[in-house]
Amino acid sequence: MEPLIKTTDLYLAFGGVVAAGSINFELHRGERLAVIGPNGAGKTTFINICTGYLTPTAGKVYFDGKDVTAMTPRKIVRMGLGRSFQLPQLFTEHTVSQCIQLATARRNRRLSWFRPLSATVDAGEVDETLRLVGLSGDADQISADLPEGKRKLLDVAMALALRPKLLIMDEPTSGVASEEKHGLMQTVMHALEQRKVTCWFVEHDVDIVAQYATRVAAWVGGAIVADGPPDIVLNDAQVKSEVLGT
Amino acid sequence: MRLYAFSAVCAIAALLVGSTLPWTITPMIIGLTYAIAALGLSVMFRAGQVSFGHAMYACISGYTVAFIAREVPGADALLLILAGVVVSFLCSTIIGLFVVRYRGIFFGMLNLALSMVLFALLGKLYHLTGGTDGLRINRPTLAGFTFDRGEYEFWLLGVTLAVSLFLAWWIQRYFKSGSGEALSAIKTNETRLEYLGFSAHFVMWQGYLVSAAVVAFSGALLALVQGLVTPEMGNWLRSAEYVFIIILGGAAHAAGAFLGAAGFESVKLLSSAYFPGLWQFILGFTLIVVIFIAPSGFVGQILKRGRS
Repeated sequence: MEPLIKTTDLYLAFGGVVAAGSINFELHRGERLAVIGPNGAGKTTFINICTGYLTPTAGKVYFDGKDVTAMTPRKIVRMGLGRSFQLPQLFTEHTVSQCIQLATARRNRRLSWFRPLSATVDAGEVDETLRLVGLSGDADQISADLPEGKRKLLDVAMALALRPKLLIMDEPTSGVASEEKHGLMQTVMHALEQRKVTCWFVEHDVDIVAQYATRVAAWVGGAIVADGPPDIVLNDAQVKSEVLGT
Repeated sequence: MRLYAFSAVCAIAALLVGSTLPWTITPMIIGLTYAIAALGLSVMFRAGQVSFGHAMYACISGYTVAFIAREVPGADALLLILAGVVVSFLCSTIIGLFVVRYRGIFFGMLNLALSMVLFALLGKLYHLTGGTDGLRINRPTLAGFTFDRGEYEFWLLGVTLAVSLFLAWWIQRYFKSGSGEALSAIKTNETRLEYLGFSAHFVMWQGYLVSAAVVAFSGALLALVQGLVTPEMGNWLRSAEYVFIIILGGAAHAAGAFLGAAGFESVKLLSSAYFPGLWQFILGFTLIVVIFIAPSGFVGQILKRGRS
């Protein structure tokens, strides 16, 4: 079966800093990939290239078998790629349910100039998405007023409302209190399971990586230095010294 | 519902006042054209953008009315209004392609620059536009009827009120629609819009067209009530007055433009009656007070009261 994401010889440098040095990478359906690596290793840059935010100097990106190298984020998103961000990207003056409604309306191409937003989307579908991430009780809250953990969940939920094939999450647990991290990951992973979404997330917490990933890729200096099952990668000598610092 | 009833009562009251005190008709129509223009600009406010050049769409519309009235004697007033709006709308589809790529001060200034190019051209191309003296418009028929001046103004007030009610109703619907909510998301997060599959430029372009079309109505009506168009209609100071009205009234609800225009006209009227020569000072002072006490304008305050 065609890999969901495939990159060939992907190269991008910012001035003298190589952010992506000839990366060849594949992600298959059903995987839960955790990307680890020190700050500045190129993890987010790689996401930005794969989602069309940055264009590589050389190399190609394929999503679901199609060349998406020169496409804009919105075109790739419409093909079935969802993304959440390290800093949640929300519509801060809209309510939680309006944020989900906008995503749902866009996916169904039901953007009226005249009918109210809430009437153009299936209320049941919006409720289901909110329930999936445990935000049903906050539906009428303004998204800016939510605590950080819920803002993270809403960010994920907006991507999930698009019913993507792949969800890329950039540090889903950053900025969340350590005792809440596992709860948040459990909620997100359960939601992904329900919706049968392949997932790729950047994470610094080794416990979380070990518990929720089926595959780990370690980034150092714009290149993948180790890629494989968690128990092997997390015990790799180079990963231990350069990424985990143990 | 209560708001609809209140608006209808206001419109009927305006007609009654107009029929008993004919001298109030022209100021009322002019005030309403300001409100309509501000209503158009409030669409841009929803996207978090301030344009200092939207008067150009009123100006384009007004000159279209004047040109057609000159070239096609006997063209009906309603037809002239429609033509003005269509031409202005078409211009906005092209100008919009460029300006919607910019945000904040660049958006505001680019609109201002374009409107001042138009302003300068209208002043210089004397043989076509009549220069700074502008163009006269002979009183056209209204809905097929030939009226004398008093009747014409009264029925024009009726048309203006109907247009105002219709536009306010539609814009409020638009604000709450999928496209309108996406437009207000431009203000808070364009990155997320793109990552939901929206084109932020397209969303903004749609909003720009709606906004220009509404402002165009005000220009056509103003041209008809004055019987005259001048380049001053497109001066950036006019655009700035629209901005003033929106800050006064607030952009959270379509009613803001009308409350703002009422406030603006009353301050102007009262201060020129009691403190002639000081009205600009009083206008400026009012703006400062409003920004400090009610930064979200009159409707912002009303909505806040309603919620708490």
